[in-house]
This record gives sequence, structure tokens and C-alpha cells, in this order.
Amino acid sequence: MSGHATFEPKNPALKWFESRLPLVGLIHSSFIAYPTPRNLNYWWTFGGILSLMLACQILSGVVLVMHYTPHVTLAFDSVEHIMRDVSYGWLLRYIHANGASMFFIAVYIHMFRGLYYGSYKAPREVLWILGCIIYLLMMATAFMGYVLPWGQMSFWGATVITNLFSAFPVVGPTIVEWLWGGFAVDNPTLNRFFSLHYLLPFMIAGVVVLHIWALHVVGQNNPTGVEPKSPKDTVAFTPYATIKDAFGMVCFLIFFAWFLFYIPNYLGHADNYIPANPLVTPAHIVPEWYYLPFYAMLRAIPSKLGGVLTMFSAIIVLFFVPWLDTSKVRSGVYRPLFKQFFWIWVAVCIGLGWLGSKPAEGGYIVAGRILTFWYFAHFLIILPLLGLFEKPKAVPASITEAVLGKSKGGGVPVAAGASAPQTKG
Amino acid sequence: MNKLISSLSIFSFSRASLRRGLIGAAVTGAVLAGNVLAGGPAPALAAEGAPKPHRENWSFAGPFGKFDQAQLQRGFQVFKEVCASCHSAHLLAFRNLAQPGGPHFSEEQAKVVAEGYQVQDGPNDAGDMFDRPARLSDRWPSPFPNEQAARASNGGAYPPDFSTLAKARTYEVGFPGFLIDIFTQYQEQGPDYIHALLNGYVEPPEGFTVPEGAHYNAFFPGHAIKMPQPISDDQVTYTDGTPQTVDQYSRDVTAFMMWVAEPHLEARKRLGFQVMIFLIVFAGLLYFTKKKVWKAVHDH
Repeated sequence: MSGHATFEPKNPALKWFESRLPLVGLIHSSFIAYPTPRNLNYWWTFGGILSLMLACQILSGVVLVMHYTPHVTLAFDSVEHIMRDVSYGWLLRYIHANGASMFFIAVYIHMFRGLYYGSYKAPREVLWILGCIIYLLMMATAFMGYVLPWGQMSFWGATVITNLFSAFPVVGPTIVEWLWGGFAVDNPTLNRFFSLHYLLPFMIAGVVVLHIWALHVVGQNNPTGVEPKSPKDTVAFTPYATIKDAFGMVCFLIFFAWFLFYIPNYLGHADNYIPANPLVTPAHIVPEWYYLPFYAMLRAIPSKLGGVLTMFSAIIVLFFVPWLDTSKVRSGVYRPLFKQFFWIWVAVCIGLGWLGSKPAEGGYIVAGRILTFWYFAHFLIILPLLGLFEKPKAVPASITEAVLGKSKGGGVPVAAGASAPQTKG
Repeated sequence: MNKLISSLSIFSFSRASLRRGLIGAAVTGAVLAGNVLAGGPAPALAAEGAPKPHRENWSFAGPFGKFDQAQLQRGFQVFKEVCASCHSAHLLAFRNLAQPGGPHFSEEQAKVVAEGYQVQDGPNDAGDMFDRPARLSDRWPSPFPNEQAARASNGGAYPPDFSTLAKARTYEVGFPGFLIDIFTQYQEQGPDYIHALLNGYVEPPEGFTVPEGAHYNAFFPGHAIKMPQPISDDQVTYTDGTPQTVDQYSRDVTAFMMWVAEPHLEARKRLGFQVMIFLIVFAGLLYFTKKKVWKAVHDH
């Protein structure tokens, strides 16, 4: 990644500091001079959007904690106290609750983008796996966060999900008691979930740092899947990626604000406005929408342990995608068959999500089994075989060629501003 | 399917209590009118057959929705004179009645309302609890000292608390309606359900046996509700000439319940519009800046 200006401080004080800790230089090389492929589309703005959402969740969460009480007799009313009596408390709480959903919408788009453009392929396997770890941590964090308001769905969701661990032979019941801090979901459970819900976001932030570090070592993938070959193929992060990411973020915030201000309870459950009652079970215990595909898998398997293993495997399999995809061509753009199977798989995921919201009975179970099979077949059968049998389209020689087309030759010298696609070095 | 469900231990121990009456379902939530039916014999999933509530015109719906102050005052009157004899609203404070964005009574009026109620305070210097008239800072006193007392007085059913009730009820919209609701900003499942329920006391259809101590309601999941028809025409006297019908009463008290459940609804929508304007203008500026910055790259 040569060819872009390095940071050379002029200010003597900064020079003094930089020779002792090159912090400004690190920021400069990471977020200003960092070469980004010139052909990134708007699907690539979701990395920045996710960073924004993480910051938004941590900031709103820290303030919410100042007003929240983690006790079974007080938690529900303390959330309502935030909604009613705390200045702009309703705003903070709706930001945090809807922000979690927005975080997941963004992460799913980010993951689908990675899967479509082959962003997990060498040399980006570690980058991909770190992303999978972030996703796992997000799921744990969101689950524990949903328990905190101590409404009916909080309580029963926690009961169902923690009970899953009892499926494991020998250690299962011990794990469940350890999670509960007792023999049922109760105050100790709420307290430890609260503690972990506060801890995990900072662990996510730590893994995000590793994720970005790995990204800056191997460079960004791009829609062609062809690595940048000359400085002409890249542009400096600032201003090009910065302004594009900023536009993407603000558009995403408009989407966020629509939910936040106008339909703040759309993505939640009405049941969670009923205080938790261990003696009354809701007719349908439904997890938050972002877990629904996995919930459908859990219920599709006619054995508790099998269902739990299937559900966890659905995420574990993602870790192995870099080695399951045997194709030499990275980007789905040049893989006509893969493209079709990719969209079928996306439809399968959405279908599983819909089934997860339905009662586990009759045709829903059959459909759930078929889609669960397809979900795994996509990774374990289709991806390995496609690489062997698919005839990919011709891949462009370079990013610039793909952008400008062969007729223009791709070798047109850049006459415009010096910071445009870099031609020096 | 039963085998499947009971294979998850949670479901197997939940099914007994499930039958006790929590009912209804939705993609985004479940209709939960259950407590009222606790102990009742109605099948758990009868809600599937219940008619969908009609979508009413609420003044607080939509992006510019506002509560109708006069309606909230009438709704409060219905609540105070009728509902409050069984239903609590323990998160509603007397001071809320004087706050903007609500019924917006004057502080004096709210004080007068508060003084009409006795609340327990103490202990005093002698160590005794004592009763005193309520102040603005007090919460609405509950009609029963505890849930057991409430059940004992209501045939075993617990009249649910009004604090969040309008947001704690819903019905299944189904596909594709639930997607369209995102664009139309439909968030009034709760109020529509409550309005429908209050107007849903009709003669049971032929062949339907209403259990002892219950009443038939077209919109209640399972149709057998412990609450008798709570209000009838001309029961509450309006001073402003508004028609004194069950339909009007139910609209007014439902609007009031929505305000109790979401007291900052008006502020939320007002701020939302300001934020939207800002974000859209900001996005426009960023778009043109982005275009200008990238122009040199696109040309070469």
C-alpha cells in the first residue's frame, strides 16, 4: 500500500511527541492516507455505520445505567421511570432499544455483502473470523440487554434461552444453574446479565479494533474482488471514503430516526410492557427479530440437543466459509451460478426468520426443516462444489479497468487534482 | 408437534400455565389479555379466530399526531369515575395531569383531584403510618391493596394496571400488512384493540357456552372475559355536550390510556420531525459534497 503521503509533522511539539508515540501518524495512515479501492459501492459504508451504532449504543447505554435499577421488583418500573420522569429518558431508551435492531440490520447487510463479494477469502480469513466473533458477542449482548426491562418477554425469553444449555449431557444442568445463579431465572440472573451486558460491548469494541487492524493489514476487498495493483486503483481514505461513509451514515440515521421517533415499539413485543410474571407464560414466546432464523432452526429439529447444536452450528459454520468456498474467483459478480445460489440463500434466511415468528406446528415445522437443510447445504455442499464446476466470467485485469471499461484502456493519466487517484510512486 | 414442543423442557412446564389463559399472537408481539382470564377454561389459542379490531382514527396517530386535550380530559373523567374502581394506574402521578402534552389540567385542578384521594404516608415520629390527602407528587392510589385482594373482588381475575396497558396489547396484523405498517407508521394496535374490546360485548353466537362468571366479548381472545361490560350509555355525564355513548366513552378513555402509557408521545413526534428535517438537509449537502469530491475520480 505504497504511494500515499505519510505523515510528517511540521509543528515542533508534534514532532517531539510523534517521535515518542506515533499516535497521530497512526490515525493519519489509518483514516486519512489509507488507500481504499476506488470502486467501493455503498454496501461498503456499513462498516462505518456499524462503528457509529456501537458508539451510539455504548453512549446511550451508559446514561441509561445512571437511571436503571437491576432488581426484579424495581427493574420494570425503573425503565418506566426513564420513559416518564428522566429528561429525554424516552429518547435515550428508544435510541438504545431501536439502536440494537439497527445494529443488527447493519451487521446483517455487512455480512451479506462480505459473503456476496467473497470478502472472507485469502488473505482476509482472520478479518472474517474476527467479524464472526463480533457477531457472536453482539448476539449475547443483545440477548442479555433484552432481559433487563424485566417484562414478560424478557423473563420468558431468558428462561427459554438459558434452558437450552440444559440439553448438553452431563454438564448441562450445572451450566444452567450457573447461568441463573440459582434454580430459576430470578434476581441473581438479572444482576449477572446486567453486569455482562455492560461488559460485553467493551469486548466488542476491543475485537472491532482487531477487526480494523486486520482490515488495514490486508486491505479492503472491493466489488471486483481484484486486489489493487497500481496506485491508480485506489483513492485516499480522506476525503473519498470519509465523505461517502458520512453520506451513508446520515442516510442510515434517517432510517433509524423513522423507527425511533414514529414507530419505536414496532420492533419490540407488546408483552414486554407487562411486568415479568413467573406464573403466567405468554402464549408465544418469541425472541427478538434478529434471532428468529436461529429460533426456527432450533424448533425444526425433533430433539432438544439436536436443535441446540443445529442452532449453534449455523453460526459456527460461518467461521469455516473461507475454506468451504473453493472458487478461485473472489467476487460473486463474476460467478453466474454462485450469484443465484447466494440470493436463494438470502431468501432461505428470510424464510427462516418468518418461520421463527410462527408457532412450531404442522406445515411450519416441515418448512423449517427444509430451509434449515438448505441453509447448511449452501455452505457444506453448494459452496465447495460450485468452485469445482462453475465456469466463472472473465475477471477484469484491474480495478481501474473494471471501472473505466476496456475501451478507455484504463491507462489514462490523471490530470486532475493531485489527491485524485494517486499516480505517483 | 406436541412431542416436539415438550422436547424443550421450558415448553413442557409452560404448557400447564399456558392453558390458564395467556392468549394470542403476533409477529411483533402477542395479545395478552390473559390475566383477566386466569383460571378460566378458555383454550389458549382461541385468539386465532378472533376478528381483527377496526382501525380507528386517532388524533395521536401519524407523524404529526397530537393528543386531543379535551378528549384526554373526558377520558380521565371516565377513568376516574368508572375504570379506576377496579383498575390501578400506579405509574400515573397527579402532577402528570397538569403536564403539557397530556390532559393539561391547571395545577390547581390537579391539586383538587389529588386532594380527593387519601394515601398512606409515614411512619410519623410516633412510628405510626397515617393517611393524608394526596399531593401532586403522589401516584394514583390503587383500588386494591394487592393483586390477591383485586382477584378476590373480581371473580379470580386481576384487572390489569393501566400504566402501560395501551402498549401492552396488540393483535396479529399478518403478512403483508405488518410491512405496510412500517410506511404508514401504524402503531395503534393497542388503542384499536381496547376500543374494539369495550364495544365488543355482544350476544354470543349460537353454540358458544359462556363459562360461569364470564361474559362474551367478540374481540377478547377466547371470547370469555371476566370483566362485565364496564360502561353503558349516559353513565358518565360530560359537561361539554359530547355524546354520552359507549363508543364515545371508549374512544375517550382509550386516548387517555394511550397518554398514560406514552406521556411524551407529542414531544417524541415533534422532535422527530425536527430531526428528520435536519438529517434530510444534511444528507442532501453530503450528497452534493460527495459528488463534487469524487468528480475527478469518476472522470478518470
